[in-house]
Amino acid sequence: MAEIQTLILYCLLFITLFFEVFLLITYFEVREELDFESKHVGKHIKWFPTVTIIVPCFNEERTVEKTIRSLLDLDYPKEKLSIIIVDDGSTDETLSRFVQFAKHPQIAVLSKENGGKHTALNFALERIESDLVGCLDADSFVNADALRKMVPFFDDIGTMAVTPSIKVYSPRSILQHIQKIEYSWGIFLRRMLSSLGALYVTPGPFSIFRTRVFRELGGYRHAHHTEDLEMALRLQKHHYKIVNSHGAHVYTVTPLRFSALFKQRVRWTYGFLNNVIDYRELFFNRKYGHIGLFILPIATSSIFSTLYIAGRTVWNNFFSISSMLTKLQIVGWNWNPPSLDWFFINTSVVSFLALSAIILTLVILSLAIRLTEGKFTITRGIFYYLAIYIFIVPLWLIRAVFSTVFRRQISWK
Amino acid sequence: MINLKKYIAALSITAVIFGTAIYVSNLFGQKKLEDVHAIENRVALDILSSETQFMLLEETSCKDIGPGFLSKELGSIGERLTYAENQTELNTNDLEYLKRSYFLLEIKDYLLMKRLTEKCGIKPTFILYFYSTKDVCEDCERMGYVLTALRNKYPDLRVYSFDYNFDVGAIDTLVSIYKVRPELPALIINGLSYYGFHSVEELESTVPALKELARRARVAERATTSVKTLD
Repeated sequence: MAEIQTLILYCLLFITLFFEVFLLITYFEVREELDFESKHVGKHIKWFPTVTIIVPCFNEERTVEKTIRSLLDLDYPKEKLSIIIVDDGSTDETLSRFVQFAKHPQIAVLSKENGGKHTALNFALERIESDLVGCLDADSFVNADALRKMVPFFDDIGTMAVTPSIKVYSPRSILQHIQKIEYSWGIFLRRMLSSLGALYVTPGPFSIFRTRVFRELGGYRHAHHTEDLEMALRLQKHHYKIVNSHGAHVYTVTPLRFSALFKQRVRWTYGFLNNVIDYRELFFNRKYGHIGLFILPIATSSIFSTLYIAGRTVWNNFFSISSMLTKLQIVGWNWNPPSLDWFFINTSVVSFLALSAIILTLVILSLAIRLTEGKFTITRGIFYYLAIYIFIVPLWLIRAVFSTVFRRQISWK
Repeated sequence: MINLKKYIAALSITAVIFGTAIYVSNLFGQKKLEDVHAIENRVALDILSSETQFMLLEETSCKDIGPGFLSKELGSIGERLTYAENQTELNTNDLEYLKRSYFLLEIKDYLLMKRLTEKCGIKPTFILYFYSTKDVCEDCERMGYVLTALRNKYPDLRVYSFDYNFDVGAIDTLVSIYKVRPELPALIINGLSYYGFHSVEELESTVPALKELARRARVAERATTSVKTLD
């Protein structure tokens, strides 16, 4: 039994290391491309396509005004940019926040009965005639140059969608600082996946599509509360190219407390698992390139490997703590300083492999922070992330897997 | 379009990391076993030295026995072997060999100790402890804590621990001499057998040798306190 467990651990560590090495190779391949994008993309645009941004709102009275203002402040020709705000049957003061924008030439306000985010988006999509269409969640804000940085990617006629880099808006709590680092990791990952043609999410905050995508593939679906994930997988299934613009920054308000974060992440993980089940024909299918052959299988397996490693760690620690308590009960508190003898340092293969994986994780994390912030600086968020994140992730993974296996429904908020 | 070269490169680098981890771990494992082996050699030499000294003592007196007469490193081997047993990367055959040597060294040390106590009229302060690693023995783990605590409390106490089921003829002989039943953990203290778990307090109050050690420790403590007061 112990041998099987060790073998499983070796396999998981091999996959983890392989993925990290693969990411780093990809990074070194595209490094010059990244520099070029940062310096030149969005500077000399010759053709400005018409763009419509949809803002679906449901009880977003606190942030929606700022969201709309950030869109109006976009550095983009006014006559080429329009905004459609869809109130999805809000029960708070969201609707009243729109009064001041009612007569704005760039803004149209629509209202409908509550039906979920995908229905609000589809309600607006029916009325769109622009070249490009995007969505911006009502708890997110765009940088003024975000659209300018994204539009040039559509010069490639094969590009059907462009995703931005999402950053945490004004982090205050420890959890938000952790999410800030996590989002940096996400920015790095998405940019690498973009180079591999393997993006599997077109995030709600400010992903831009060619309007014809919706005419050809249909509108948004409920998709287990993760319509942005399903849309990306649908694009991938039809070989529609999705790219990422790491220089286009969008800020989003992230959960302040654990309960909200937990619900959000359960929804994301549950949505991911159920959507990949729906799109299982992509798995290990060479026809779909990196996403089918490598990225989706590894993203799915990472959920289970994280749970396995977390379970094993809890189990081992349980025995260590239980032994400590037994010792305490028998001989009382008798603290001996830890031995400095090298003999008692764990020199197992697993320790060296785990150490290698940790070092590679730290290297990637530093590159991710450099890519996001322009330079790497040590912040308290990094310490929070390293000390806390690994302990909280398994909590929502286990809940999402449980809900998927036992077909339990999960809630949006 | 899949770039297979990238997969092959990533696979090769990962394989190199894996290979290096296995190589380095084996290297350290080997070093650890060599470390135990080196201590065993030193202990064997210590015992040989003590035996020689003992033989010389036949002609002289017990007063010549110095504080370093018995090897102090037996405990260190025990700790290392216990730790090494939980390390999967160590060679099992080498570990078995080292354990066998350790048990034999313990027995030799014990016999020397016994002869010494008989000749010099010293009250014996040693415990033969039999445990099991073959079957689940929760009380053995608990008894181990008690004996470690006792050894820390009384540095003169020598505890010889033996794996009851380990295939060493000398252990079987010890078991038959003291008629140790397979009800583990078992302690042999001055020829008397104690089975099952016993706390520090229980042993200190029931075992004469430990009572004596406790008394000596109290006397020494009082003496230290008096000296401090006088100062």
